[in-house]
Amino acid sequence: MNNPAGAEGNDKPLLALRHINMTFGGVKALKDVSFEVRPGEVHCLAGENGSGKSTLIKIITGVYRPETGAEITYDGQAYSHMSPVTAQASGIKVIWQDLALFPEMSVAENIAFETMVGGWPRLVNYGRMRNIATDALARLGVSLDVDLPLKSYAIAQRQIVAIARALVGEARVVFMDEPTASLTQSETDYLLDIVRNLSASGVAVVFVSHRLAEVLEISSRITVLRDGALVGVYPADGMTQSRITELMTGKTFDQQVRAKPKQDRPVVLELEGLTRRGQFEDVSLTVRSGETLGITGLLGAGRTELALSLFGMLHPTAGRMALDGRPISFSSNREAIAAGIAYLSEDRLSLGLVQPQSIADNLVIASLRKIIAGGLISEDRKRSLVKHWIAELGVKIGLQDDAISTLSGGNQQRVAIAKWLATDPKLLILDAPTVGVDVGARAGIFDIVARLAETGLAIILISDEVPEVYFNADRVLHMKKGRIVGEYDPRQASLAEIEEAVYA
Amino acid sequence: MHSYIRTHATESALLLVILLISLFLSFATENFFTLGNAFDLLNTSSVNIIFAVGLLVVLIAGGIDISFAVAASVVQYVTAVMLGWIGGGNWLFGFLLAGTAGIVLGAFNAFLIHRFRIISIVATISTFNIYFGLLMFFTKGVSIYDLPDWLTTRVVLFEHEMANGTWVEITLPVLVMVVCVIATWLLITRTTTGRQLYAFGDNPEGARRFGIPIGAMQFIAFGWLGLMAGIAGLVQAHYAQEVVPNALYGRELDVLAAVVLGGARLGGGKGSVFGCVLGVLLVSITQNGLNLMGVSPFAFKMIVGAIILVAITLSNTSIEKLLPLARSEGKRP
Repeated sequence: MNNPAGAEGNDKPLLALRHINMTFGGVKALKDVSFEVRPGEVHCLAGENGSGKSTLIKIITGVYRPETGAEITYDGQAYSHMSPVTAQASGIKVIWQDLALFPEMSVAENIAFETMVGGWPRLVNYGRMRNIATDALARLGVSLDVDLPLKSYAIAQRQIVAIARALVGEARVVFMDEPTASLTQSETDYLLDIVRNLSASGVAVVFVSHRLAEVLEISSRITVLRDGALVGVYPADGMTQSRITELMTGKTFDQQVRAKPKQDRPVVLELEGLTRRGQFEDVSLTVRSGETLGITGLLGAGRTELALSLFGMLHPTAGRMALDGRPISFSSNREAIAAGIAYLSEDRLSLGLVQPQSIADNLVIASLRKIIAGGLISEDRKRSLVKHWIAELGVKIGLQDDAISTLSGGNQQRVAIAKWLATDPKLLILDAPTVGVDVGARAGIFDIVARLAETGLAIILISDEVPEVYFNADRVLHMKKGRIVGEYDPRQASLAEIEEAVYA
Repeated sequence: MHSYIRTHATESALLLVILLISLFLSFATENFFTLGNAFDLLNTSSVNIIFAVGLLVVLIAGGIDISFAVAASVVQYVTAVMLGWIGGGNWLFGFLLAGTAGIVLGAFNAFLIHRFRIISIVATISTFNIYFGLLMFFTKGVSIYDLPDWLTTRVVLFEHEMANGTWVEITLPVLVMVVCVIATWLLITRTTTGRQLYAFGDNPEGARRFGIPIGAMQFIAFGWLGLMAGIAGLVQAHYAQEVVPNALYGRELDVLAAVVLGGARLGGGKGSVFGCVLGVLLVSITQNGLNLMGVSPFAFKMIVGAIILVAITLSNTSIEKLLPLARSEGKRP
C-alpha cells in the first residue's frame, strides 16, 4: 500500500485519457479532452457548471461511454471505455457531489455496497460488510453505529460515510466532486487532513470543484476545462483563485468594493434583540433604503433562519421587528409579502422556481393579484408584466412560454429575482444568490443588485462566500453561532481581515 | 429490544395495534380468542399475504402495480383451461403453469416500464384494463366450475380437535403462503439482488453509478410479483373451488393498502416482509372481529379505512408530534 514512488517524483500517469468526446442530444459536452492523474498526487479539476467536469468523471467511472476514438489507459492497461464495476474493483473511486448514498439502508451497507454489485446473485454477507465498514471508518478515525440506517445521521456524517465508501478495497485514485459544498470550515479542514493522509499513502486524489481556494494549497496540478474543452494543465504553485477564475471563464474580473455611505437614508427595517431559541440570539440591526447589508458566516450560523423569520416562515421567540417604523409580526409568508418583504431562497432549484413550468408562470407566481382582471388571470397583463421584468433585468430567453429549466443558472436566478421584484418589495432578502450560478454570470447578478439599491430598495445579501458580501454590500455583518459578532465597512476593512474572522 | 423498536418503528406500532384490537375483541366477542379462529384467519388471509409480499418487492424497487390482481385472474383462467385440455395434471404442474404465466404478465409490465419509460402506475393501470378486458371478452364472464379433482380437494396438512369440539386446521394455502413469505424474505434481505432492489428504489441514480443493471431490476421486481400473483391465483381457485373471472377484481387496492400499512413506501427503498404480513393481518383481524361482533358488512370498508388511517399516522409520526402542546414552535413576538 505505501508506495514510496507514489507520493512524489513519479511522472508516469496512473490514469490517462485522450481524445474523449461526448455528445448529449446534439450538444457537444466534451470536445477531444485529455486528462491524466499521477500516482499519489492531489489534482484539481476545475471548470464552471456545464464545463464538462461531471461528464468526464462519469466517463472515467464507466457511467457513460465515450464516443469511439477514446483512449483510456489505467495502470498500464488500455480500455476503450470503463464499466462501473471494473472501475470500482480496480481502485477508481468517486465521492459524488450528491453523495449517491442510500438513506434507508444501514451505514454498513452504504459503505460496503461494492460487495453487493457485480457477478451472479449470491447471499449477502452482513458480517463482512460490517467489518469492512468499521475498518473504513476507523481509518478515518470516526466511529458510527454501522447498523443504523444512514438517514439517522446528519449531512456531515453522511459525507464521512461517502468518503469511507470510497476507501473500501484498494483505492488508487479518488475523485471528490464538489466535496466542500456542504461542509463547514472545520469539516473542510478535517477533509483536507484525510486527503493529505491518502496522498501520503500513495492514493491519488482529484478534487472537482469551481471553488478551489481551500484545496489549492495541498494540490500539485490543476486541469482546467471550459465549455467542454481542455484549457490546460497548470502547476498549482503560484496559482491564485482569481487566475483560475480567469482560465475557467476566459474573462478577467476586476472586482471593486461597491460600498457607499448610506447613513442619511431612512431606515426600512429595524430589528431589536430578535431571538429564536436554538437558532439565533439577540439580533439587532438596521437596513436603510438603498442600502445593501451583507450577512456572512459559516453554514449553520443561523443566517437562513433569521431570513426566514423576517419572511414570516419561522416565528421568533423574542425581540421586535419594525418595517418603515411600524412594528411587524407575521404569521405566514403571505403577510410578509403583502407588507413588502421578498425572500429569494437559498435553494433556487427545488424551492425557488417550479422547474417544468414556463418562464412567464414562474415570474408572476408571487404577484398574481396584479394580473387579475375581472376575477380571472389576464393573459395580456401577464405578458406585459413579464416583458417588463425580462427587459429590466436583461434575462436572455427564447419564448415566455419556454420551461424555466431551459435557462442557464444565471438566467434562472434573474427570473427568480424578477419574480420578487414584481411584488413591489421594500426589502429584498437574497439568500446565497449565486449558488449554482457560473462565475461569469455572477457579476451580472450583482450589477442588478447594485441597480436595485439605487432605486431605493433595501437589500439584505446573505452568503457564506465572504468576497461576495465584501465587494457587493455597503456594510458586512458577521454571524456566528446565531449571534452577530462583528460589523465591517468594506471601505475600511480588508477582505483578508473579514475572512480570517469568519473562517478562523 | 429497545433498538429493535427504534429501527422497526412501523412493525412495532402495527404489532401494538394488533395486540390492542385482539385484546378488545377477546373481551367483546366469544369466539375471537380461540385457536380455531386464529387458524381460520391464517387460512383466509393466505392469498392476500402472497399477493402482498409480491407487491412489496415492486414497492421496494420504487414501482407500483395495479394490475397484479386481474393478472392473477387471467392466470387462473388460463391455467384452468389448459389443465382442462391436458386433462388432469397435479399440484407441481399447476404451480409451474400458473407461476410461468404470472411471470410473463409481470414481465410485460416491466417491459413497458423499462423500454418505453412509462411510469409504473400508468403502465399498470393500462395493463390492468388490458388484462381484465381481454379476460372478460374471451370468457364472456363465464365462470369455470369444472376443475380437476386435485385442485378442488381440500388439503389439510394438520388438524386437531379441541376439547370443545371445534377443529384446528392448517390447510395447503397456509403452507404455500409460508413458503412465499420465506422466499421473499430471503430474496430481499439475504441476496445481493434483493439489496440491489432496495438500493435501486432508495436512490436510482446512486444505484446506476454503482453499475446496477436498471432493466434487470424492473424485470426481477415485476417478475417476482407476477410469480406471486400466479401462485396466489391458483391458491385462490383452490380455496374458492371455482374460477370466476372477476373474483379478484378490486383486490389490488386492498392489498396495496395493507402493504403500505405495513411500512412499505410508495417511492421505494423501504418496507419489510414482517411489516407487510402484519399489515394484511391487521386488516383481516379487524374484518374478522367486526364479523364476530355482528357489525353490518356494509360498515366494514369504512371501519377498515379508519383503522388504516390511524395505524399509518401512528407509525409515521413520533409521539411528540401528536401532542401539539409539546411542540416548540415558539410564540410570535
